[in-house]
Amino acid sequence: MPSFLKEFFKRNGTGMGSLMLGLVLFWTIGLIILPQLSMLDFSFRPNLPPPEIGGPKDVYTLENYKYLIYGPEGGSQDYNAVDLKVFFRTLVAAVCVTVFNLILCYPIAYYLAQTKGNHIRIFALMLIIPYWINEILRAFALRIIFGETGVLNNMLVGLGIFDTPFDFIRNDIALYAGLGYAYILLMIFPIYNVIESLDRNQIEAARDMGASWTKIHRRVVIPYAKPGISSGCTMVFMLSAGALAAPQILGGPSSLWFTQLIYQQFNDNSDWPQGAAYAVVLLVTCILLVLAVMRLFKVNMGDIGK
Amino acid sequence: MSAGVGVNLENLWIRFGDFVAVRDANVNINGGDFFSFLGPSGCGKTTILRAVSGFLEPSDGKVLIGGNDMKGIGPNKRPTALIFQNLALFPLMKIWENITFSMEIKGASAKERRKRADELLDMIALPGQGDKLPSELSGGQRQRVAIARALCAEPDVLLLDEPLSALDLKLRQHMRTELREIQQRVGITFIYITHDQGEALTMSDNIAVMKAGVIDQIGDGKTIYNDPSTAFAASFVGENNVFRGKVKRIMGEEALIQTNRSGELVARISSANQGRMKEGDAAMMFIRPEAFALAPAGASGDHFVTAKVNHEEFEGNVFNIFMEGDGGKELKVSIPNLGQSFEDHTGQNITLEYETKNAVIVPAGELAAE
Ligand SMILES: Nc1ncnc2c1ncn2[C@@H]1O[C@H](COP(=O)(O)OP(=O)(O)OP(=O)(O)O)[C@@H](O)[C@H]1O
Ligand SMILES: [Mg+2]
Repeated sequence: MPSFLKEFFKRNGTGMGSLMLGLVLFWTIGLIILPQLSMLDFSFRPNLPPPEIGGPKDVYTLENYKYLIYGPEGGSQDYNAVDLKVFFRTLVAAVCVTVFNLILCYPIAYYLAQTKGNHIRIFALMLIIPYWINEILRAFALRIIFGETGVLNNMLVGLGIFDTPFDFIRNDIALYAGLGYAYILLMIFPIYNVIESLDRNQIEAARDMGASWTKIHRRVVIPYAKPGISSGCTMVFMLSAGALAAPQILGGPSSLWFTQLIYQQFNDNSDWPQGAAYAVVLLVTCILLVLAVMRLFKVNMGDIGK
Repeated sequence: MSAGVGVNLENLWIRFGDFVAVRDANVNINGGDFFSFLGPSGCGKTTILRAVSGFLEPSDGKVLIGGNDMKGIGPNKRPTALIFQNLALFPLMKIWENITFSMEIKGASAKERRKRADELLDMIALPGQGDKLPSELSGGQRQRVAIARALCAEPDVLLLDEPLSALDLKLRQHMRTELREIQQRVGITFIYITHDQGEALTMSDNIAVMKAGVIDQIGDGKTIYNDPSTAFAASFVGENNVFRGKVKRIMGEEALIQTNRSGELVARISSANQGRMKEGDAAMMFIRPEAFALAPAGASGDHFVTAKVNHEEFEGNVFNIFMEGDGGKELKVSIPNLGQSFEDHTGQNITLEYETKNAVIVPAGELAAE
């Protein structure tokens, strides 16, 4: 038995330890890994009516993956331009949401972490309370703000800034705002956590040596906050790319999110293998992207947990 | 040495809300001086240093550096460099980057910086260690890196906030000499903060003794040690024996004190209090352990003290005798060990004598906590 397990059992007792270990294993293996594996399995099988499952036609195939790239066999186009476009647009948009979120949240996190006093708690509470409201309601609330006859348009037209209402929804502004807003906390808290442990004297030392505020952030605070920034960005990116409710409610009619395609495959087309293949592609691409970016910025996997 | 840039505090007050951290401080620090603020923990030393470096605006009064009022000038614009109590090296930068951070700010090339870093590393006796991270150095080495980093900025005034407090005793004593040497070599003004009187005495040209936000006394080490102006300074700097009493008669520079325990004793009134004490004033007389000598039994007079010996100890260079003293505090006497035979006096009454010039009188006041 590895020593950390021994330690674990010694601390919790054999009974309690086994129970906790069992639950955690059930959670990771039973509820996460196995279903994912079965999804993976689905993605390599043809979509067959139930009687044919397990029959001679039920063989492993790359058809579902090919479909994403080349479209239906004998289709009019060389590539599945529609779906691929949605796929890349989703990734780019998720990156944009992440970057936008980082730019917005870093100063907030820095401010929260470096100032002391009660007002900070009130500030944090005000950030948290909106999350008591469920995602769907929040998304519809943003629709009310950004809609054609929404609050924002009424104001802008009323003030004479625009002649005609601006279509925030068709231009995806509502969607980006909604996604950005949905994950603000996931960005703020990891960054806040790291910066809070940054010795204030280091900032003062840099300042004492003549550094400007930008320089202090670039050379002292950001390198230190890198683990927090990467966990925040990873979470926001993964969740934005995988979001469904916000794109459904706030997305323009012509702009689909890739998750919506996946949903359509599962739900509308009842084509689970195709949906699974799309989902796997999205997942793997996102992971590879995150790993590549981590590599680029020299972040270790171990830092993410900090 | 008066080439350096001086620092003046004029009627400096610093308040945090209702709390007064520094009360009406007036200090003139000569250019090129090694100047120490000495005081117990929490007396406002760091606060003063932060006001000089610009991280704190005075609530009242002025900070002048090189004769210029520093009001409204930020810490990044002042000719000072601060060495923090915890050093505050940048943990993610290599040593050479740490040292030359101030040059990086000014846009110096990496090559230039590397060269300067190597020079400074030689100076602090850490050649070839530039590529390490701070966490890979020992406490004393980190200490020296912090000094090099501050010196690299070529400040006119170097501010040091108890930089040796994290080191062990041996290293601390070694660094004292080293710091003093560095200061003499670079010739700039050092303002040094410490609660360790040994550090202050060995390194400083001048010392300000602080107590709870108030500057008690300013002077060179000898003056502070031999001629304290307050009871606090007398009891905080070095070991001292206190005799409480009342002034019975003023006799020129000396006075006769009616002590609570040891009869009438004569001592010198400390310089700062000359002409200020009068008969009937509550007074305290201080005599250092080393200022006593054993007197023949039965001798008596106004410079003899007789008391019962509680216990004795042999410290190598001195014999220490602990006797019943004033106010429940033991009276300590140190007799130099010159190879003479030394009998055990425990339980006996013995008589000591002192020279009146070695005993000093100040007005009664608060003593430093042990
Ligand atoms: N920002 C602040 N707000 C309120 N009180 C403060 C602040 N900074 C310092 N103080 C108070 O001012 C007093 C002096 O603090 P300071 O840090 O100057 O002490 P110090 O002499 O440097 O002590 P030490 O030797 O322990 O470092 C302390 O009582 C402290 O509690
Ligand atoms: Mg301090």
